[in-house]
Amino acid sequence: MDIQRKVKYEEELDKTFLEEIKEMSGAEDLDRCIQCGTCSSSCPMSVYMDYPPRKIIGLVKNGFKDEALRSFTIWLCSSCYTCQVRCPAKIEITEVMYALKRKAIEEKVYPQGLAIPVLDKEMSQLIRNYGRNSELWLILRLYLKSRNPMGLLRMTPLGLKLLKTGRMSFKREAIKDRKQLKALLKAIKEAA
Amino acid sequence: MNNNYIYYPGCSLKGNSKQYEESILPVFKEVGLPLDELEDWNCCGATAYFSVDETLATAICGRNLSLAEKKASDIVAPCAGCYLTLKKANKVLKAETEKAKKINHALEQAGCAYHGGVEVKHPLEVLVKDIGLDRVREKVRNKLTGLKVACYYGCQLVRPFTDFDDPDYPTTLDSLMEAIGAEPVPYSAKTRCCGGSLTGTIEEVGKRLNFILLKEARRRGADAIVTICPLCQFNLEILQDKIVKAYGEDVMMPVLYFSQLMGLAFGLPKEDLGFSRSIIDLKPFWQKISMGGAR
Repeated sequence: MDIQRKVKYEEELDKTFLEEIKEMSGAEDLDRCIQCGTCSSSCPMSVYMDYPPRKIIGLVKNGFKDEALRSFTIWLCSSCYTCQVRCPAKIEITEVMYALKRKAIEEKVYPQGLAIPVLDKEMSQLIRNYGRNSELWLILRLYLKSRNPMGLLRMTPLGLKLLKTGRMSFKREAIKDRKQLKALLKAIKEAA
Repeated sequence: MNNNYIYYPGCSLKGNSKQYEESILPVFKEVGLPLDELEDWNCCGATAYFSVDETLATAICGRNLSLAEKKASDIVAPCAGCYLTLKKANKVLKAETEKAKKINHALEQAGCAYHGGVEVKHPLEVLVKDIGLDRVREKVRNKLTGLKVACYYGCQLVRPFTDFDDPDYPTTLDSLMEAIGAEPVPYSAKTRCCGGSLTGTIEEVGKRLNFILLKEARRRGADAIVTICPLCQFNLEILQDKIVKAYGEDVMMPVLYFSQLMGLAFGLPKEDLGFSRSIIDLKPFWQKISMGGAR
């Protein structure tokens, strides 16, 4: 049996991570967390998470970059902001979760086979190209990219109900002034 | 602050929530505030774009704000997701930071400069705070007497921006429902999350979270859940048959927009308020309505 050390030594931690996430999230009070756990007990998703929000904040605060970025937690945050409005230290926890998602996408370390980051990326792409989201197209792209034909099949009865009640269409939505959108995205890229 | 409002539909009110658009526009017309649609609006980016690229996400919201500013209007966004996203971007763009400067400069270069002159509001806020419940009461022709409703606010309308109501136990929708004669039941789950877009990606999550919301509404004796957000409405409605199967409890219940009930109370023809788009059987609901004396 291969025995491996389960605890990291201090020199293995990323000492710049806290500052980076503070900067990215705008959560300046991040290091004021006293680990009270109000966030974890408020979170409707914590029962599904590998690290509840309190632990994620602890990981970020202490430089456990890998653990935080590879966690399922950040993708399971539904952005309901309950933790954020209840945090006694007024830490913008939801914004921290967003920053961690962006960092995980940037470093390509998000969990493979999880549909959530795929959905986020596909929807962003649709908006970049057309200025609008088209629900049916988004769903098709999601199942195509996450290689989940069974999932799509299971969605079919619902899709039919939505088509029948006129709540879904095959039309691809787009804004008229796509040139302006393109110019805007270009101007942002050039400024970076 | 402008004296005009302009309507920002977002993708949902043109897609899976047509019944929201079909009811909110005539309701606003009735109370004397007809809404024009913001021309050539683009998608707000929702939670998705902010998870991928914050700068671009804020910039595309800036384009919408710029379009509204050219019309000297404040934005009315009925989708809680759009409401929060546009509000968040508005706050970023109005701040005096390097980030804001960079995005504002890009907006200017693209011909959609934004000068910070727009407020973003939700129709609930406009109806209760700006138009006022007295005006709403004046318009009621058929009180929805006897109809018990669970007022569900969801998350992003009241959090993190708590401008017009409480983040944990808001009451504006309850008072609006009272104003049209319905009876709001105490509903402790009123701001508990429906799962948002996770319902579409992890069904187990969607089922469990919405089961909790439906069960609590049932337990309180509600005839229907009333929502203010398209994603909440969608999540609460579409999984009901699967939820019943998974947990073995009958928690089926209509999930309607507050604007549909308002239209009904105002005496607008029910055929024009999008009720036929409900996936849940509305027969018991109509029975209850006719018992209360409304058409």
